[in-house]
Amino acid sequence: MELGDILLNIAIMLGKSLLLLVALLIFIAYALLADRKIWAAVQLRRGPNVVGPWGLFQSFADLLKFVLKEPVIPAPANKGMFLLAPLLFCVLSLAAWAVIPLNAGWAIADINVGILYIFAISSLGVYGVIMGGWASNSKYPFLGALRSAAQMVSYEVSIGFVIVTVLMCAGTLNLSGIVEAQDTRLGLLGWYWLPLFPMFVVFFVSAMAETNRPPFDLPEAESELVAGYMVEYSSTPYLLFMLGEYVAIMTMCSIGAILFLGGWLSPIPFAPFTWVPGVIWFILKASFLFFLMAMAKAMVPRYRYDQLMRLGWKVFLPISLAMVVIVAGVLMATGLAPGMQ
Amino acid sequence: MKLDQVARSLLLTEFLSGFVLAMKYFFKPKATINYPFELGHRSPRFRGEHALRRYPNGEERCIACKLCEAICPAQAITIEAGPRRNDGTRRTTRYDIDMVKCIYCGLCQEACPVDAIVEGPNLEFSVETREELYYDKAKLLDNGDRWEREIAQNIAKNAPYR
Repeated sequence: MELGDILLNIAIMLGKSLLLLVALLIFIAYALLADRKIWAAVQLRRGPNVVGPWGLFQSFADLLKFVLKEPVIPAPANKGMFLLAPLLFCVLSLAAWAVIPLNAGWAIADINVGILYIFAISSLGVYGVIMGGWASNSKYPFLGALRSAAQMVSYEVSIGFVIVTVLMCAGTLNLSGIVEAQDTRLGLLGWYWLPLFPMFVVFFVSAMAETNRPPFDLPEAESELVAGYMVEYSSTPYLLFMLGEYVAIMTMCSIGAILFLGGWLSPIPFAPFTWVPGVIWFILKASFLFFLMAMAKAMVPRYRYDQLMRLGWKVFLPISLAMVVIVAGVLMATGLAPGMQ
Repeated sequence: MKLDQVARSLLLTEFLSGFVLAMKYFFKPKATINYPFELGHRSPRFRGEHALRRYPNGEERCIACKLCEAICPAQAITIEAGPRRNDGTRRTTRYDIDMVKCIYCGLCQEACPVDAIVEGPNLEFSVETREELYYDKAKLLDNGDRWEREIAQNIAKNAPYR
C-alpha cells in the first residue's frame, strides 16, 4: 500500500471515530437527562425542567458547570495518578465503542474477536476505578474503589459465561456475525433473548452490577461512602468519571441489544418495518434496555454488600455455568450447533 | 430453596410486578408544583410579610398605640409616636420592624385594635443584604398598598371564625 492510501485510511478512520464520538456523547447527554426524568417521574417529581424546553439542555448546562469549576486536587493525593485515573476510565469505556456495529457494516473496526475485545476493555475499566480510589489517598474513596473492583470482577465472570452461551449459538466472535446469526424469518421471536431467556436476565442484572448502577451502586452508596471512589474528584476529572460510567452503561445496553435483541434487525421481518434504517432499531433497543435500567434504579432498593456477592458467586455463576453446559449439550444433541449442519 | 421460588426469582416476577407498579406511578400526575410559576395553596391565616394598612380614604390605620410593640415576643418592632402636623392626632413618626428578628408568630396582628399591622400572604421577599430586611414605615405602608386586596379578602374570609 502506498503512503497516500495509508494516510487516507487513517483520516477516514479518524472521521468515523469522531462522528461516532459526537453522536454517542450527545446521545448520552440525553440518556442522562432521561435517567433523571424517569427517576423523577416514578417518584412523582418533575425532574430537571428549567434549562431549555422541558429541561432538554440540562446536561449541557451540567457539562458547562463541571468544566468551568475549579478542579481540587487533595494535598496528600498522588497528582499524576489522580488525574490519570478518570482519563483512563473514560478512554477505556469509549474505546469499547470501536467494535460495536450500529448497523450492518457500521462498526469502526469490524474485527473477528469483537466480543473478546469488549470484554477485555471493560475489564480494564476497573483499573481506572482502583487508581482513582488509591491515588486519592483518603479512606472512603479507597473503600469505594475496593468494593467497586470486587463487584466488577465478580460480575464479569458471569457475563463471560453468558457471552459464551451466545457465542456457542452464533458460532462467531464477531459482533456483526452474532447479529446476523439471529436473522431468522421469525423476527422478534428468533432473537436469542427467547431461547436463552435465563441468560438474558443474568446478563441484564450483571450489566447493572458491572456498571455500578443501582441497585448495585455500592461503590458509590451515598449513605455509606458519600460517592465512593469519586469522593475527592471535582470539576473535569469528576465529569470524566461520570461520563465514563454512562458510556459504560450505554455499552452494556448496546451489547445486550446485540447479543439478545438482534442488534439492528427489525423486530417484524417484513415490508414496512424492514425499510426503517437498522441504526434506528439499534438505538431503540439500546434505549429500551437503558429504560429498564433506569426503572430498576427508580424502584429497587440497594443491595447489601454480602447479598451482592452472594448473588454474583452463588446464584449467577452456577446458573450461567449450568446454562453453558445445557446449551452446549442441546446444540450437540440436536445438531443445531453452527458448523454441524 | 423451593423450585417455584427459584422459578419465580429467575423469571423476575417480583421485578415485573414492581415494574408495573412503577409504571403506574410514572404516568400519575406529578406531586411537585412548578414553584416559581405556580404557588401552593395558602390559608387566609397565612402569616407572611408584614404590611401596614390604610383606610379606603387613604388614611393610615395605625394610631401608635404600641400594643404590637409591647406584645412582640422577639422585640422586633420599634415605634415612636407623635402628633401629626396638620391635625394633631396621635400617629407614628417611626414604625420599624426588624424582619430578621421577627418570628412570624402573628401576635402583632392579633394585638392590633384597628387591623393596621397585618401579616400578608407574601412569602417571596428574600433580599441580598441584611439591611434590606430592616423594614421602615414607608416600606410597610407600601406593602400595605400593594397587598391590600389580598389582605382584605383574607381578613373577610377569616372573620366568621373570630
